[in-house]
Amino acid sequence: MSIAIESVSKNFGQFAALNDVTLKVPSGELVALLGPSGSGKTTLLRIIAGLETPDRGSILFNGEEATKRDVRERQVGFVFQHYALFRHMTVFDNIAFGLTVKPKKSRLGKGEIRDKVNTLLKLIQLENLFDRYPAQLSGGQRQRVALARALAVEPQVLLLDEPFGALDAKVRLELRRWLRRLHDEIHVTSVFVTHDQEEALEVADRIVVMNNGQIEQQGTPSEVYDRPATPFVFDFLGNVNLFQGRVHEGTMKMGGMELASPEHAASNDLPAIGYVRSHDIEIERFAFDASSIEAEVRYILSVGPLVRVDLALLGGEESIEVDLPRDVADKLSLQVGEKVFARPRKMRVFTHDYQI
Amino acid sequence: MHATTTSRASKVSEPAAVRWLLISVALAFLALFLLLPLAAVFAQAFDKGWEAYLAALHEPDTLSAIWLTLLTATACVPVNLFFGIVAAWAIAKFSFPGKSLLITLIDLPFSVSPVVSGLIYVLIFGLQGWLGPWLQAHGIRIIFAVPGIVLATIFVTFPFVARELIPLMESQGRDEEEAALTLGASGLQTFFRVTFPNIKWGVLYGVILCNARAMGEFGAVSVVSGHVRGSTNTIPLQVEILYNEYSYAAAFAVASLLALLALVTLAIKTLAEWKIQQGLSINENER
Amino acid sequence: MGSFGTKNTVLPGFGPALGYTIFYLSIIVLIPLSALFFKTATLTWDQFLVAVTSPRVVASYRITFGAALFAASVNAVFGVLTAWVLVRYRFPGRKLIDALVDLPFALPTAVAGITLASVYSPNGWLGQWLEPRGIKIAFTPLGIMVAMIFIGLPFVVRTVQPVLEELDQEVEEAASCLGANRLQTFYRVIFPTMLPAILTGFALAFARAVGEYGSIIFIAGNMPMVSEITPLLIITKLEQYDYAGATAIATVMLVASFVLLLSINLLQKWSRRFAE
Repeated sequence: MSIAIESVSKNFGQFAALNDVTLKVPSGELVALLGPSGSGKTTLLRIIAGLETPDRGSILFNGEEATKRDVRERQVGFVFQHYALFRHMTVFDNIAFGLTVKPKKSRLGKGEIRDKVNTLLKLIQLENLFDRYPAQLSGGQRQRVALARALAVEPQVLLLDEPFGALDAKVRLELRRWLRRLHDEIHVTSVFVTHDQEEALEVADRIVVMNNGQIEQQGTPSEVYDRPATPFVFDFLGNVNLFQGRVHEGTMKMGGMELASPEHAASNDLPAIGYVRSHDIEIERFAFDASSIEAEVRYILSVGPLVRVDLALLGGEESIEVDLPRDVADKLSLQVGEKVFARPRKMRVFTHDYQI
Repeated sequence: MHATTTSRASKVSEPAAVRWLLISVALAFLALFLLLPLAAVFAQAFDKGWEAYLAALHEPDTLSAIWLTLLTATACVPVNLFFGIVAAWAIAKFSFPGKSLLITLIDLPFSVSPVVSGLIYVLIFGLQGWLGPWLQAHGIRIIFAVPGIVLATIFVTFPFVARELIPLMESQGRDEEEAALTLGASGLQTFFRVTFPNIKWGVLYGVILCNARAMGEFGAVSVVSGHVRGSTNTIPLQVEILYNEYSYAAAFAVASLLALLALVTLAIKTLAEWKIQQGLSINENER
Repeated sequence: MGSFGTKNTVLPGFGPALGYTIFYLSIIVLIPLSALFFKTATLTWDQFLVAVTSPRVVASYRITFGAALFAASVNAVFGVLTAWVLVRYRFPGRKLIDALVDLPFALPTAVAGITLASVYSPNGWLGQWLEPRGIKIAFTPLGIMVAMIFIGLPFVVRTVQPVLEELDQEVEEAASCLGANRLQTFYRVIFPTMLPAILTGFALAFARAVGEYGSIIFIAGNMPMVSEITPLLIITKLEQYDYAGATAIATVMLVASFVLLLSINLLQKWSRRFAE
């Protein structure tokens, strides 16, 4: 089922949680709503579920108006951040709940319910724990039960609120890969909320970046990562270095360094900020061209496959972070205190009217 | 996320009509069983006007009952306060086998009928009791005298402070005390400078309830007092005597003192609860 | 108890504190209570049986326990309702009402007794309306129930209230996302969560009502075989210097309280069974 959100706004008292948001989720896609807390992503998810009513705008399911439709009739599966399992029910009864509250005439027989729950238990790999209570499960197991419970009613849409937020790092990693595989199997339209960019980049087909109740950018993971539309998106996804300078007729100037910035060809000496990802910077012993900038090595830190180098720019207070692949770093064999040249390979320039 | 907490109760709640129906039924029940009797106390007390009210309170027998009640409370509250703090220290800050049994035993006086609470002291100190003959030989009176009243009152008010402090001190853990010790504080310094400030509202809460029960106890005291007017009558017993003599206005005038005490108790209790809650939530925020 | 380790701690004073606790508990509570059993033990079995099963005594059990059962049931229903309304809804005066719920704990029983008697007496505020319609409350077993409802009122409210406060709204939202209507959500999800607390509150109210004396005797009429409660019978026996009789009946009452206390403890253990 496809979801269309049309010009939705929602206020909580003075606070504008959502401000004129429009979004389309095609059928079968797995979409991440990514943003910092307070950006409105959870509110948007709850409005899709019918747990909140928008002040303005409408929600369409498969092109049909659904704004006024009751939660119970929306056929959405909702996985809550803290799972919201029924703690007086066993794993089995939790999963069966949605099937057993259906009106008599559309309810499955006891045996069919049992078969269905067993299939789901197999899917979440908890066949042996069917008679446990939620309190006896680990966080990751609870999360999977919550997911199975939501899937049992065969929802048209699956909504997940910070699904991995409350888990420790290792389980989180496992579970999100599992969710990705699960989605490839069952292809139900899914929307999940997260503030973790890595999670969104790894799991989602499409990422919707939200900030201050509005959508900053949407696109495939590589689109939003490689071509951020706004400084906010640049800042929120990945490590970034900022270069203060001015842009004039297609050239960005910072201190003694110059860089082509063709998208600002029409600019006339405007203050601007250049954004460069930490892995888009070369470190060299000699100035390559005008875009090289002299710097001093301050710290060197090995982080797994990468080596992070902190550089202090000469002739200024600023410092930048550079991530080098380990073999490149080994070849350079940098020393702390050494003078080097840093050269941005790729820079995105935003003039000041774009400021965050 | 603050957006979701402010929006609570909108989608998953009952229709407004059901809500108001439930509120009305609950309020009607409470009005009938709580407010009406409370109002009746004061209405009856002032039935014959202010002067009669004051005159009833100035009766010598009533004054001596007030005096005895104050004396009883003054004797009971400190000993049970001391016990409560000591017991809570042992139970909440240490672990040992038999702890839950000990907690149950401390709660025991709450589940014993007040009449039985009085009776057990008669069985020990009464003329027919274990110590009765010896006490009589030495001219000591406990039953049908003030010591019996104090003892029975200590029994019925025994758990109040302890049962308030035990859960409170358990929830606070012992990190702060251990920190104080590592900083060189002595045991007593630790208690007075670290533990006590944390539990002071809980102490107040326990003391105020203990005091209310001590001043208001009827059943247990009635068994051991002997109802000697002007000497072994507490306020509740005086209320009973006046009521049984059909001096209703006087009985309710004296009773209104106790009702007032109850209202003050509730007010202080609510304040203490609020302070305790505040303290706990501050602790939580720090964690 | 989360942070509460099982290892011993460096905190001082455990020995003296525990020693004093046990000492004081023994002299104030345990030894006096044991006096009751020792005194009862001086009776022969037949004497004991006669004392605790004479028709007047049995009638008093029936009245006491029957009225207490009824009162605790009324309190269970209205206590849940009151707790629900106080936790879930906002209305003017809510905080005041919340504080007043504890009035029966704070109001001395003798005061409760005389005021209830006067309100329900034939010319009292309520009695004058009920009497002409053939409903007699004061000086009948109904009066005993009214007094027991009054003194047991806070128990269910105060045990259910924290459970309702802790109940996560998300759980109810989850139920409605799964297609449950409001009624299904209530009896499949909310009610089972509240049930242990309701039963605990019920047992506490029942235990309190069974032992209650002060608030009942003024409204009960105290007619032997009709409206005489067991605690009053103990006092009557004492006043007749029938110490053996009083002790025997008191022993029955005490055993009943022990059984109730035990079941309350078991209920509380049961209610923590799903806790994380």
